[in-house]
Amino acid sequence: MRPNDRKYTKTHEWVKLSGEDVIVGITDFAVQELCSGNEGDLVYCDLPEPGRSLEVGETFGEIESVKAVADLNAPVAGTVLEINVSIEEHMEILSKDPWNQGWLVKLQPRTKGLDAPELMDAAAYEAMISAEKH
Amino acid sequence: MKDTPLRSVHLDLGARLVEFGGWNMPVQYGSILEEGKLVRTACGLFDLSHMGRFQVLGRDAVALVDRVCTNHCARIPVGAIRYSLLCGEDGHPLDDLLIYRDQVGVYLVVNASNTARDLEWIRAHAGTLAAEVRDLTDETSMLALQGPRSQEILAQVTSAGDLARIGYYKFGFATVCGLPDTRISRTGYTGEDGFELYLPRAEGVRVWHELMRLGKPAGLAPIGLGARDILRLEAGMALYGHEIDERSNPLEAGLDFAIAFTPEKGAFVGRAALERMAREKRARLVGITTPGPRVPRQGQELFRAGERVGAVASGGVSPTLDTNIGSAFVRLGLDQEGTELELDVRGKRQPCRVRELPFYSRTRKK
Repeated sequence: MRPNDRKYTKTHEWVKLSGEDVIVGITDFAVQELCSGNEGDLVYCDLPEPGRSLEVGETFGEIESVKAVADLNAPVAGTVLEINVSIEEHMEILSKDPWNQGWLVKLQPRTKGLDAPELMDAAAYEAMISAEKH
Repeated sequence: MKDTPLRSVHLDLGARLVEFGGWNMPVQYGSILEEGKLVRTACGLFDLSHMGRFQVLGRDAVALVDRVCTNHCARIPVGAIRYSLLCGEDGHPLDDLLIYRDQVGVYLVVNASNTARDLEWIRAHAGTLAAEVRDLTDETSMLALQGPRSQEILAQVTSAGDLARIGYYKFGFATVCGLPDTRISRTGYTGEDGFELYLPRAEGVRVWHELMRLGKPAGLAPIGLGARDILRLEAGMALYGHEIDERSNPLEAGLDFAIAFTPEKGAFVGRAALERMAREKRARLVGITTPGPRVPRQGQELFRAGERVGAVASGGVSPTLDTNIGSAFVRLGLDQEGTELELDVRGKRQPCRVRELPFYSRTRKK
Protein backbone atom coordinates (compact mmCIF):
# COMPACT_ATOMS: atom_id res chain seq x y z
CA MET A 1 0.00 0.00 0.00
CA ARG A 2 1.30 3.42 -0.91
CA PRO A 3 1.37 6.16 1.76
CA ASN A 4 -2.06 7.45 2.65
CA ASP A 5 -0.82 10.76 4.06
CA ARG A 6 -0.99 12.41 0.64
CA LYS A 7 -2.97 12.62 -2.62
CA TYR A 8 -2.14 11.35 -6.10
CA THR A 9 -2.65 12.51 -9.68
CA LYS A 10 -3.49 10.62 -12.84
CA THR A 11 -0.02 11.56 -14.14
CA HIS A 12 1.70 9.86 -11.16
CA GLU A 13 2.67 12.83 -9.02
CA TRP A 14 1.97 12.89 -5.29
CA VAL A 15 1.21 15.98 -3.20
CA LYS A 16 1.39 16.22 0.56
CA LEU A 17 0.58 18.96 3.06
CA SER A 18 3.55 20.39 4.92
CA GLY A 19 2.31 23.05 7.31
CA GLU A 20 0.91 25.87 5.20
CA ASP A 21 2.77 24.58 2.14
CA VAL A 22 2.66 21.46 0.00
CA ILE A 23 5.43 19.24 -1.29
CA VAL A 24 5.26 17.39 -4.58
CA GLY A 25 7.03 14.31 -5.88
CA ILE A 26 6.48 11.39 -8.22
CA THR A 27 5.37 7.90 -7.31
CA ASP A 28 7.36 4.70 -7.32
CA PHE A 29 5.22 3.65 -10.28
CA ALA A 30 6.38 6.69 -12.28
CA VAL A 31 10.01 5.96 -11.42
CA GLN A 32 9.55 2.33 -12.40
CA GLU A 33 7.98 3.31 -15.73
CA LEU A 34 11.00 5.48 -16.47
CA CYS A 35 13.85 3.21 -15.45
CA SER A 36 12.43 -0.27 -14.69
CA GLY A 37 14.30 -0.45 -11.43
CA ASN A 38 17.65 0.55 -12.95
CA GLU A 39 18.45 3.81 -11.23
CA GLY A 40 21.50 4.27 -13.47
CA ASP A 41 19.09 4.69 -16.39
CA LEU A 42 17.74 7.95 -14.92
CA VAL A 43 19.73 10.73 -16.51
CA TYR A 44 18.25 14.13 -15.88
CA CYS A 45 15.76 16.09 -13.83
CA ASP A 46 14.69 19.61 -14.80
CA LEU A 47 13.02 21.56 -11.98
CA PRO A 48 11.52 25.08 -12.04
CA GLU A 49 12.97 28.31 -10.68
CA PRO A 50 11.67 29.27 -7.24
CA GLY A 51 9.11 32.06 -7.58
CA ARG A 52 7.42 30.54 -10.63
CA SER A 53 3.65 30.45 -10.50
CA LEU A 54 1.96 27.21 -11.58
CA GLU A 55 -1.58 26.36 -12.59
CA VAL A 56 -3.17 22.99 -11.85
CA GLY A 57 -1.83 20.44 -14.32
CA GLU A 58 0.84 22.79 -15.66
CA THR A 59 4.11 21.13 -16.66
CA PHE A 60 6.80 22.46 -14.35
CA GLY A 61 9.67 20.16 -15.20
CA GLU A 62 10.82 16.96 -16.81
CA ILE A 63 12.48 13.76 -15.77
CA GLU A 64 14.51 11.96 -18.35
CA SER A 65 15.68 8.38 -18.45
CA VAL A 66 17.78 6.59 -21.03
CA LYS A 67 14.65 5.73 -22.96
CA ALA A 68 12.03 8.39 -22.24
CA VAL A 69 11.15 11.84 -20.99
CA ALA A 70 8.27 12.34 -18.53
CA ASP A 71 6.58 15.64 -17.76
CA LEU A 72 6.19 16.78 -14.18
CA ASN A 73 2.75 18.32 -13.70
CA ALA A 74 1.54 20.48 -10.83
CA PRO A 75 -1.10 18.66 -8.73
CA VAL A 76 -2.30 22.00 -7.31
CA ALA A 77 -1.91 25.66 -8.28
CA GLY A 78 0.69 27.66 -6.41
CA THR A 79 4.06 29.31 -6.34
CA VAL A 80 7.33 27.41 -6.26
CA LEU A 81 9.06 28.07 -2.91
CA GLU A 82 11.88 25.59 -3.04
CA ILE A 83 13.25 22.75 -5.17
CA ASN A 84 15.14 19.65 -4.11
CA VAL A 85 18.57 20.59 -5.47
CA SER A 86 20.14 17.27 -4.50
CA ILE A 87 18.02 15.38 -7.06
CA GLU A 88 19.87 16.66 -10.12
CA GLU A 89 23.16 15.19 -8.96
CA HIS A 90 21.64 12.16 -7.27
CA MET A 91 18.85 10.82 -9.42
CA GLU A 92 19.08 7.51 -7.57
CA ILE A 93 17.25 9.12 -4.64
CA LEU A 94 14.12 8.92 -6.78
CA SER A 95 14.30 5.18 -7.00
CA LYS A 96 15.44 4.64 -3.41
CA ASP A 97 12.93 6.86 -1.64
CA PRO A 98 10.40 8.60 -3.89
CA TRP A 99 8.11 9.32 -0.91
CA ASN A 100 10.37 11.38 1.37
CA GLN A 101 13.93 12.15 0.28
CA GLY A 102 12.81 12.14 -3.36
CA TRP A 103 10.51 15.15 -3.05
CA LEU A 104 10.87 17.52 -6.00
CA VAL A 105 9.29 20.91 -5.25
CA LYS A 106 7.68 22.76 -2.39
CA LEU A 107 4.76 24.99 -3.35
CA GLN A 108 2.84 27.75 -1.62
CA PRO A 109 -0.64 26.58 -2.68
CA ARG A 110 -3.20 29.08 -3.99
CA THR A 111 -6.00 27.38 -2.06
CA LYS A 112 -5.87 25.45 1.17
CA GLY A 113 -6.30 21.69 1.41
CA LEU A 114 -6.07 18.79 -1.00
CA ASP A 115 -9.77 18.27 -1.63
CA ALA A 116 -9.85 18.89 -5.39
CA PRO A 117 -11.91 16.12 -7.00
CA GLU A 118 -9.17 15.20 -9.48
CA LEU A 119 -6.80 14.24 -6.66
CA MET A 120 -6.97 10.59 -5.62
CA ASP A 121 -6.27 8.92 -2.30
CA ALA A 122 -3.86 5.97 -2.17
CA ALA A 123 -6.59 3.36 -2.72
CA ALA A 124 -8.01 5.15 -5.78
CA TYR A 125 -4.50 5.62 -7.20
CA GLU A 126 -3.69 1.96 -6.77
CA ALA A 127 -6.92 0.97 -8.45
CA MET A 128 -5.98 3.23 -11.38
CA ILE A 129 -2.50 1.80 -11.89
CA SER A 130 -3.61 -1.78 -11.57
CA ALA A 131 -6.14 -1.03 -14.32
CA GLU A 132 -3.35 0.57 -16.41
CA LYS A 133 -1.18 -2.52 -16.11
CA HIS A 134 -3.85 -4.85 -17.50
CA MET B 1 -1.31 -6.41 -30.46
CA LYS B 2 0.72 -9.50 -31.33
CA ASP B 3 2.98 -11.61 -29.14
CA THR B 4 6.09 -13.40 -30.30
CA PRO B 5 6.46 -17.12 -29.50
CA LEU B 6 8.90 -16.05 -26.75
CA ARG B 7 6.51 -13.89 -24.74
CA SER B 8 6.54 -16.15 -21.67
CA VAL B 9 10.34 -16.41 -21.81
CA HIS B 10 10.59 -12.62 -21.61
CA LEU B 11 8.10 -12.39 -18.76
CA ASP B 12 9.94 -15.11 -16.81
CA LEU B 13 13.13 -13.07 -17.22
CA GLY B 14 11.41 -10.02 -15.75
CA ALA B 15 11.46 -8.09 -19.02
CA ARG B 16 9.55 -4.89 -19.43
CA LEU B 17 7.27 -5.32 -22.46
CA VAL B 18 6.21 -2.37 -24.59
CA GLU B 19 4.30 -1.91 -27.83
CA PHE B 20 6.63 -1.82 -30.84
CA GLY B 21 5.36 -1.98 -34.40
CA GLY B 22 2.16 -3.66 -33.27
CA TRP B 23 3.93 -6.24 -31.10
CA ASN B 24 4.52 -6.68 -27.37
CA MET B 25 8.30 -6.58 -27.23
CA PRO B 26 10.90 -6.64 -24.45
CA VAL B 27 12.43 -3.17 -24.24
CA GLN B 28 14.80 -4.23 -21.45
CA TYR B 29 15.52 -7.05 -19.03
CA GLY B 30 17.79 -4.95 -16.79
CA SER B 31 19.65 -1.71 -17.37
CA ILE B 32 19.63 -0.56 -21.00
CA LEU B 33 23.15 0.84 -20.63
CA GLU B 34 24.49 -2.39 -19.15
CA GLU B 35 22.80 -4.41 -21.88
CA GLY B 36 24.45 -2.21 -24.50
CA LYS B 37 27.91 -2.69 -22.97
CA LEU B 38 27.41 -6.42 -22.80
CA VAL B 39 26.82 -6.69 -26.53
CA ARG B 40 30.03 -4.74 -27.22
CA THR B 41 32.12 -6.89 -24.88
CA ALA B 42 30.55 -10.37 -24.82
CA CYS B 43 27.31 -11.40 -26.50
CA GLY B 44 23.59 -10.68 -26.40
CA LEU B 45 20.57 -12.73 -27.42
CA PHE B 46 17.64 -10.94 -29.06
CA ASP B 47 14.11 -12.03 -29.91
CA LEU B 48 13.41 -10.46 -33.31
CA SER B 49 10.37 -12.55 -34.13
CA HIS B 50 8.36 -9.37 -34.70
CA MET B 51 10.26 -8.58 -37.89
CA GLY B 52 8.46 -9.37 -41.14
CA ARG B 53 9.80 -12.34 -43.14
CA PHE B 54 8.74 -12.95 -46.73
CA GLN B 55 9.70 -15.47 -49.33
CA VAL B 56 9.37 -14.51 -52.97
CA LEU B 57 9.10 -17.52 -55.23
CA GLY B 58 8.44 -18.17 -58.90
CA ARG B 59 10.26 -17.72 -62.19
CA ASP B 60 10.16 -13.92 -61.88
CA ALA B 61 10.92 -13.63 -58.14
CA VAL B 62 14.10 -11.66 -58.70
CA ALA B 63 12.40 -9.42 -61.27
CA LEU B 64 9.62 -8.59 -58.83
CA VAL B 65 12.09 -7.68 -56.09
CA ASP B 66 13.99 -5.54 -58.57
CA ARG B 67 10.78 -3.80 -59.59
CA VAL B 68 9.95 -2.65 -56.04
CA CYS B 69 13.35 -2.44 -54.31
CA THR B 70 16.05 0.18 -54.88
CA ASN B 71 19.02 -2.17 -54.71
CA HIS B 72 19.85 -4.51 -57.58
CA CYS B 73 18.67 -7.98 -56.61
CA ALA B 74 19.76 -9.67 -59.85
CA ARG B 75 23.35 -8.69 -59.09
CA ILE B 76 23.38 -10.15 -55.58
CA PRO B 77 25.32 -13.43 -55.58
CA VAL B 78 23.44 -16.44 -54.21
CA GLY B 79 24.25 -16.62 -50.49
CA ALA B 80 24.71 -12.88 -50.12
CA ILE B 81 22.54 -10.17 -48.54
CA ARG B 82 22.02 -6.51 -49.41
CA TYR B 83 20.35 -3.68 -47.58
CA SER B 84 17.69 -1.98 -49.70
CA LEU B 85 14.83 0.46 -49.61
CA LEU B 86 11.28 0.00 -50.76
CA CYS B 87 10.10 3.36 -52.08
CA GLY B 88 6.89 4.81 -53.39
CA GLU B 89 6.65 6.36 -56.86
CA ASP B 90 7.50 9.65 -55.15
CA GLY B 91 10.85 8.19 -54.05
CA HIS B 92 10.06 8.41 -50.37
CA PRO B 93 10.84 5.24 -48.40
CA LEU B 94 7.98 2.95 -47.46
CA ASP B 95 10.41 0.69 -45.61
CA ASP B 96 13.97 -0.55 -45.48
CA LEU B 97 14.77 -4.22 -45.67
CA LEU B 98 17.34 -6.96 -46.17
CA ILE B 99 17.34 -8.98 -49.38
CA TYR B 100 18.67 -12.54 -49.13
CA ARG B 101 19.41 -14.02 -52.54
CA ASP B 102 18.48 -17.69 -52.25
CA GLN B 103 19.34 -20.50 -54.64
CA VAL B 104 15.66 -20.48 -55.48
CA GLY B 105 13.82 -17.22 -54.98
CA VAL B 106 14.44 -14.36 -52.59
CA TYR B 107 14.01 -13.98 -48.84
CA LEU B 108 13.12 -10.54 -47.44
CA VAL B 109 13.27 -9.25 -43.87
CA VAL B 110 11.27 -6.07 -43.23
CA ASN B 111 10.25 -3.89 -40.30
CA ALA B 112 7.47 -5.14 -38.04
CA SER B 113 5.48 -1.91 -38.28
CA ASN B 114 5.44 -2.06 -42.09
CA THR B 115 4.98 -5.78 -42.67
CA ALA B 116 1.34 -5.71 -43.76
CA ARG B 117 1.78 -2.67 -46.00
CA ASP B 118 4.96 -4.06 -47.61
CA LEU B 119 3.28 -7.36 -48.37
CA GLU B 120 0.34 -5.66 -50.02
CA TRP B 121 2.63 -3.26 -51.92
CA ILE B 122 4.90 -5.96 -53.31
CA ARG B 123 1.98 -8.18 -54.32
CA ALA B 124 0.23 -5.24 -55.97
CA HIS B 125 3.27 -4.65 -58.17
CA ALA B 126 3.59 -8.22 -59.41
CA GLY B 127 1.35 -7.53 -62.42
CA THR B 128 1.93 -10.27 -64.96
CA LEU B 129 5.20 -11.46 -63.38
CA ALA B 130 5.29 -15.12 -62.38
CA ALA B 131 6.08 -14.49 -58.71
CA GLU B 132 4.37 -15.20 -55.45
CA VAL B 133 5.07 -13.53 -52.10
CA ARG B 134 4.61 -15.69 -49.02
CA ASP B 135 4.45 -14.16 -45.56
CA LEU B 136 6.43 -16.48 -43.25
CA THR B 137 6.29 -14.18 -40.22
CA ASP B 138 3.70 -16.17 -38.28
CA GLU B 139 5.25 -19.54 -38.97
CA THR B 140 8.81 -18.62 -37.97
CA SER B 141 10.78 -17.28 -35.01
CA MET B 142 13.80 -15.04 -35.44
CA LEU B 143 16.65 -14.77 -32.94
CA ALA B 144 19.88 -12.80 -33.09
CA LEU B 145 23.19 -13.34 -31.36
CA GLN B 146 25.26 -10.16 -31.37
CA GLY B 147 28.68 -9.50 -29.92
CA PRO B 148 32.30 -10.59 -30.24
CA ARG B 149 31.60 -14.03 -28.76
CA SER B 150 28.64 -14.84 -31.02
CA GLN B 151 30.39 -17.33 -33.27
CA GLU B 152 31.91 -19.26 -30.38
CA ILE B 153 28.47 -19.56 -28.76
CA LEU B 154 26.50 -20.41 -31.88
CA ALA B 155 29.12 -23.00 -32.90
CA GLN B 156 28.21 -25.05 -29.83
CA VAL B 157 24.74 -25.77 -31.20
CA THR B 158 25.62 -25.85 -34.89
CA SER B 159 26.54 -28.84 -37.00
CA ALA B 160 26.59 -29.64 -40.73
CA GLY B 161 27.93 -26.18 -41.49
CA ASP B 162 30.91 -23.97 -40.73
CA LEU B 163 30.04 -20.55 -39.29
CA ALA B 164 33.53 -19.26 -40.02
CA ARG B 165 32.74 -19.64 -43.72
CA ILE B 166 29.73 -17.32 -43.48
CA GLY B 167 31.15 -13.85 -44.16
CA TYR B 168 29.66 -10.50 -43.21
CA TYR B 169 26.30 -9.95 -44.96
CA LYS B 170 26.35 -13.54 -46.19
CA PHE B 171 24.16 -16.44 -45.14
CA GLY B 172 24.14 -20.20 -45.17
CA PHE B 173 22.21 -23.18 -43.89
CA ALA B 174 23.25 -25.53 -41.09
CA THR B 175 21.80 -27.72 -38.37
CA VAL B 176 21.06 -25.64 -35.25
CA CYS B 177 19.95 -27.43 -32.08
CA GLY B 178 19.12 -30.41 -34.24
CA LEU B 179 17.06 -28.38 -36.73
CA PRO B 180 18.37 -29.11 -40.23
CA ASP B 181 18.70 -26.41 -42.91
CA THR B 182 18.36 -23.51 -40.52
CA ARG B 183 18.93 -20.16 -42.22
CA ILE B 184 21.86 -18.37 -40.55
CA SER B 185 23.04 -14.94 -41.64
CA ARG B 186 26.02 -12.93 -40.47
CA THR B 187 24.01 -9.77 -40.03
CA GLY B 188 22.70 -7.62 -37.25
CA TYR B 189 21.73 -4.19 -36.14
CA THR B 190 24.29 -3.45 -33.47
CA GLY B 191 27.60 -2.82 -35.25
CA GLU B 192 29.01 -6.01 -33.71
CA ASP B 193 29.81 -9.33 -35.26
CA GLY B 194 26.85 -11.64 -34.96
CA PHE B 195 24.22 -13.86 -36.49
CA GLU B 196 20.52 -13.90 -37.17
CA LEU B 197 18.67 -17.22 -37.08
CA TYR B 198 15.39 -18.14 -38.74
CA LEU B 199 13.58 -20.99 -37.04
CA PRO B 200 10.26 -22.79 -37.15
CA ARG B 201 7.92 -20.82 -34.90
CA ALA B 202 7.54 -23.56 -32.30
CA GLU B 203 11.33 -24.03 -31.95
CA GLY B 204 12.17 -20.46 -30.94
CA VAL B 205 11.79 -21.07 -27.22
CA ARG B 206 13.88 -24.24 -27.20
CA VAL B 207 16.72 -22.68 -29.21
CA TRP B 208 16.63 -19.59 -26.96
CA HIS B 209 17.01 -21.73 -23.81
CA GLU B 210 19.72 -23.87 -25.39
CA LEU B 211 21.73 -20.81 -26.44
CA MET B 212 21.30 -19.21 -23.02
CA ARG B 213 22.43 -22.35 -21.24
CA LEU B 214 25.52 -22.90 -23.37
CA GLY B 215 26.33 -19.21 -23.79
CA LYS B 216 26.20 -18.20 -20.17
CA PRO B 217 29.86 -19.01 -19.43
CA ALA B 218 30.79 -16.69 -22.31
CA GLY B 219 28.65 -13.92 -20.83
CA LEU B 220 25.56 -14.33 -22.99
CA ALA B 221 22.53 -12.38 -21.73
CA PRO B 222 19.14 -11.41 -23.16
CA ILE B 223 19.02 -7.92 -24.66
CA GLY B 224 15.97 -5.76 -25.25
CA LEU B 225 14.99 -3.31 -27.95
CA GLY B 226 16.17 -0.35 -25.85
CA ALA B 227 19.81 -1.41 -26.07
CA ARG B 228 19.35 -2.51 -29.68
CA ASP B 229 18.24 1.02 -30.55
CA ILE B 230 21.24 2.73 -28.99
CA LEU B 231 23.65 0.16 -30.44
CA ARG B 232 22.33 0.71 -33.98
CA LEU B 233 22.55 4.47 -33.48
CA GLU B 234 26.18 4.15 -32.35
CA ALA B 235 26.78 2.07 -35.49
CA GLY B 236 25.12 4.74 -37.65
CA MET B 237 22.33 2.47 -38.91
CA ALA B 238 19.01 3.95 -39.98
CA LEU B 239 15.75 3.12 -38.20
CA TYR B 240 12.52 3.47 -40.16
CA GLY B 241 10.42 6.20 -38.58
CA HIS B 242 13.54 8.08 -37.52
CA GLU B 243 16.27 8.49 -40.17
CA ILE B 244 13.87 7.55 -42.98
CA ASP B 245 10.13 7.68 -43.42
CA GLU B 246 7.49 8.47 -46.02
CA ARG B 247 8.55 12.11 -46.18
CA SER B 248 12.31 11.85 -46.20
CA ASN B 249 14.92 11.96 -48.94
CA PRO B 250 16.95 8.77 -48.41
CA LEU B 251 19.92 10.33 -50.19
CA GLU B 252 20.11 12.96 -47.47
CA ALA B 253 20.23 10.04 -45.02
CA GLY B 254 23.36 8.72 -46.76
CA LEU B 255 21.64 5.64 -48.15
CA ASP B 256 23.06 5.97 -51.68
CA PHE B 257 24.67 2.56 -51.23
CA ALA B 258 21.19 1.01 -51.11
CA ILE B 259 20.03 2.55 -54.40
CA ALA B 260 21.18 1.19 -57.76
CA PHE B 261 21.16 4.01 -60.30
CA THR B 262 23.00 1.89 -62.87
CA PRO B 263 21.53 1.34 -66.36
CA GLU B 264 21.50 -2.44 -65.75
CA LYS B 265 19.14 -2.05 -62.83
CA GLY B 266 16.48 -0.72 -65.18
CA ALA B 267 13.18 0.80 -64.14
CA PHE B 268 11.98 0.44 -60.54
CA VAL B 269 9.31 2.08 -58.46
CA GLY B 270 10.52 5.54 -57.46
CA ARG B 271 13.58 5.64 -59.71
CA ALA B 272 12.82 8.93 -61.47
CA ALA B 273 11.94 10.65 -58.23
CA LEU B 274 15.08 9.35 -56.51
CA GLU B 275 17.27 10.57 -59.37
CA ARG B 276 15.78 14.01 -58.88
CA MET B 277 16.16 13.77 -55.07
CA ALA B 278 19.85 12.94 -55.53
CA ARG B 279 20.26 16.36 -57.16
CA GLU B 280 18.13 18.18 -54.61
CA LYS B 281 19.85 17.36 -51.37
CA ARG B 282 19.61 20.20 -48.88
CA ALA B 283 20.67 18.47 -45.70
CA ARG B 284 22.77 15.54 -44.60
CA LEU B 285 22.40 13.01 -41.83
CA VAL B 286 25.23 13.44 -39.33
CA GLY B 287 25.98 12.46 -35.77
CA ILE B 288 25.78 14.93 -32.91
CA THR B 289 27.31 14.71 -29.47
CA THR B 290 26.40 16.99 -26.62
CA PRO B 291 28.22 17.59 -23.35
CA GLY B 292 24.98 18.83 -21.75
CA PRO B 293 22.64 16.85 -19.52
CA ARG B 294 19.74 16.47 -21.94
CA VAL B 295 19.52 13.56 -24.34
CA PRO B 296 18.76 14.52 -27.96
CA ARG B 297 15.29 13.28 -28.95
CA GLN B 298 13.58 12.93 -32.30
CA GLY B 299 12.05 16.18 -33.54
CA GLN B 300 14.17 18.55 -31.46
CA GLU B 301 15.50 21.38 -33.58
CA LEU B 302 19.09 22.49 -34.10
CA PHE B 303 20.10 26.13 -34.27
CA ARG B 304 23.11 28.11 -35.35
CA ALA B 305 23.28 31.84 -34.57
CA GLY B 306 19.55 31.93 -33.88
CA GLU B 307 18.59 30.24 -37.14
CA ARG B 308 17.03 26.79 -37.43
CA VAL B 309 19.48 24.60 -39.36
CA GLY B 310 18.41 21.05 -38.64
CA ALA B 311 16.47 18.53 -36.59
CA VAL B 312 17.22 15.44 -34.56
CA ALA B 313 16.24 12.05 -36.02
CA SER B 314 17.29 9.78 -33.13
CA GLY B 315 19.00 10.19 -29.81
CA GLY B 316 20.14 8.30 -26.77
CA VAL B 317 22.71 7.81 -24.07
CA SER B 318 25.68 6.01 -25.56
CA PRO B 319 27.06 3.27 -23.32
CA THR B 320 30.11 2.96 -25.56
CA LEU B 321 31.03 6.65 -25.82
CA ASP B 322 29.65 7.47 -22.37
CA THR B 323 27.91 10.59 -23.61
CA ASN B 324 24.62 11.73 -25.10
CA ILE B 325 24.48 11.19 -28.85
CA GLY B 326 22.07 11.65 -31.70
CA SER B 327 21.62 11.57 -35.42
CA ALA B 328 20.37 14.71 -37.11
CA PHE B 329 19.64 16.20 -40.49
CA VAL B 330 21.77 19.32 -40.77
CA ARG B 331 21.70 21.88 -43.58
CA LEU B 332 24.51 21.40 -46.11
CA GLY B 333 27.42 23.68 -45.30
CA LEU B 334 26.98 23.18 -41.57
CA ASP B 335 27.39 19.42 -41.73
CA GLN B 336 31.16 19.23 -41.30
CA GLU B 337 32.65 17.39 -38.34
CA GLY B 338 33.21 19.73 -35.42
CA THR B 339 30.58 22.34 -36.35
CA GLU B 340 29.09 23.81 -33.18
CA LEU B 341 25.30 23.90 -33.05
CA GLU B 342 22.65 24.38 -30.41
CA LEU B 343 20.08 21.77 -29.49
CA ASP B 344 16.69 23.18 -28.51
CA VAL B 345 15.11 21.27 -25.64
CA ARG B 346 11.73 22.94 -25.10
CA GLY B 347 13.15 26.41 -25.38
CA LYS B 348 16.38 25.71 -23.51
CA ARG B 349 19.51 25.62 -25.64
CA GLN B 350 22.27 23.10 -25.12
CA PRO B 351 25.51 23.07 -27.12
CA CYS B 352 26.21 20.16 -29.44
CA ARG B 353 28.75 19.31 -32.06
CA VAL B 354 28.58 17.59 -35.45
CA ARG B 355 30.31 14.21 -35.79
CA GLU B 356 30.59 11.87 -38.72
CA LEU B 357 28.55 8.69 -38.46
CA PRO B 358 29.10 6.05 -37.31
CA PHE B 359 30.05 6.80 -33.74
CA TYR B 360 31.30 3.27 -33.41
CA SER B 361 32.88 0.79 -35.79
CA ARG B 362 34.33 -2.48 -34.57
CA THR B 363 36.66 -2.66 -37.55
CA ARG B 364 37.82 0.96 -37.62
CA LYS B 365 39.92 1.79 -34.58
CA LYS B 366 40.24 5.46 -33.73
